[in-house]
Amino acid sequence: MSLLHINNLTMRFGGLTAVDAVTETIEPLSLAGLIGPNGAGKTTVFNMITGVYQPTEGEILFDALSIVGSNPHEIANQGIARTFQNIRLFPSLSVFDNVRVGFNNASKTGLFGSILQPGRYWTEEKEIADKIDHLLGMFGLLDNRQELAKNLSYGDQRRVEIVRAMATDPKLLLLDEPAAGMNPTEKVELMNLIRYLRDEFKIAILLIEHDMKVVMGICEKIAVLDHGAKIASGTPEEVKNNPEVIKAYLGESG
Amino acid sequence: MEEFLQQLINGLSLGAIYALIALGYTMIYGVLRFINFAHGDVFMIGTYIGFYVLNTAFVQSLGPGAETAVIVFLAAMVGCGLLGVIIEFLAYRPLRNRPKLTVLITAIGVSFFLEYTGQLPFVFGADPRTFPTVVEKTTVLQAGGLVIDSYQIIIFVVAIALMLGLRLLIMKTRIGTALRASSMNLKAASLMGINTNAVISFTFFVGSALAGAGAILYAMSYPKINPLMGILPGLKAFIAAVLGGIGNILGAAVGGFIIGAAETMTAGYISPTLRDAIVFAILIIILIVKPSGLFGRGGTEKV
Repeated sequence: MSLLHINNLTMRFGGLTAVDAVTETIEPLSLAGLIGPNGAGKTTVFNMITGVYQPTEGEILFDALSIVGSNPHEIANQGIARTFQNIRLFPSLSVFDNVRVGFNNASKTGLFGSILQPGRYWTEEKEIADKIDHLLGMFGLLDNRQELAKNLSYGDQRRVEIVRAMATDPKLLLLDEPAAGMNPTEKVELMNLIRYLRDEFKIAILLIEHDMKVVMGICEKIAVLDHGAKIASGTPEEVKNNPEVIKAYLGESG
Repeated sequence: MEEFLQQLINGLSLGAIYALIALGYTMIYGVLRFINFAHGDVFMIGTYIGFYVLNTAFVQSLGPGAETAVIVFLAAMVGCGLLGVIIEFLAYRPLRNRPKLTVLITAIGVSFFLEYTGQLPFVFGADPRTFPTVVEKTTVLQAGGLVIDSYQIIIFVVAIALMLGLRLLIMKTRIGTALRASSMNLKAASLMGINTNAVISFTFFVGSALAGAGAILYAMSYPKINPLMGILPGLKAFIAAVLGGIGNILGAAVGGFIIGAAETMTAGYISPTLRDAIVFAILIIILIVKPSGLFGRGGTEKV
């Protein structure tokens, strides 16, 4: 059974159709890519999946349940996490606290529970702190745990964003241009990291990326958007040789 | 020197109350980026909650003292907290995605609603009421001309304890982390699984509860209460928040103390009639010299 199924998904902003009847499926444990020229509607698709926008038409099924109309935090708690094209960490929070925000709903003790049973609250806090440190350790960020997010290097900020997303315990991770602004070495590290995430955490990953080396290098399946419509999908080889895709990227010859 | 110290102590104890109110303005601004102009009226309602609680047969049978104080503070804080949550839910939440100006004007509307509904004869009535004694006023320390009374001690202890408690809440707990995250980026916070509506309700509860505590402290010191009494302390606390840098919690506390001291000093050394004017003069100066406030960061928008 597919993990995410989007069917006939359409988003109109006034007279502009940003996403036009897109249908696509993401399988559990898959590594999928969403590509297309600038303005093709890729981020809009992400925004609809995560509940930032309500689609004009169409449906989104996650784990066979419709998530259209759910709030962003409800969708996040159901298991979809994301990162952003332009980094959106909480700049004046420490790395530790940034990740802790992702753990916000791991708590079983509510507000009243915390007041009535402070002991249990603090035990739970300790457990969460251990988990955060474990995650930070896996990503080599343990030394930066008390640093403010805004003081980190660009590459580290990108990694913290991924750790924060992983803290919400997702089944599907959406990465919006993870390789943007990275140098070739960092891109190779990123590719390894993405594969590692999928294998270690047993999640599916869908990424938007302009860097073809990255996309072709790690994605098992690629969907191509142009002017909001899906013009192709398939394995990297299939997509690379698809005349429609070439036309969308390079324009018509002659 | 003695007189100066006396003025300073008087000023700082008034300032502690402004600081408590200012914290509410700044917390709400921090998360929602708008000034809750009804905050001063929530403060006013707090004094009336205290007034009615103090006039219940049960509390009167206790008489002035520590138990009465605990009951009246808790009642005013919880009452104001709930009022804040209700105001947000009914008046501001439906306008969440509208332009900020819409919410701002609504806040002024809520403010008028509370002020003028309060004046109706069957609500509070327009006539001033006398706030009953919560605890007896005694002189704690007298050295020469310097007098410190028990009210000033209570104001300091309550205000400082609440501020430290707030700091602990915001810096150490998970809901506090969620609150700080929401104030930096509401949308990103919701995408990380935070129920931002719950965080906003929580912010209104805590901010309004602090105003409730400030209300009791204020009414103890100035025991004439009326439905329009929230306007001026509310405005001054707002100026305190702007002075400290709106959205900045430490700034609101420091701003409150500065405004209180400036007001008392002006009244004592220059003229009592200028005590309100000086506060607004400070507002004008800070807006000209450093609009982001003492602790505020420069507000350069990224293009």
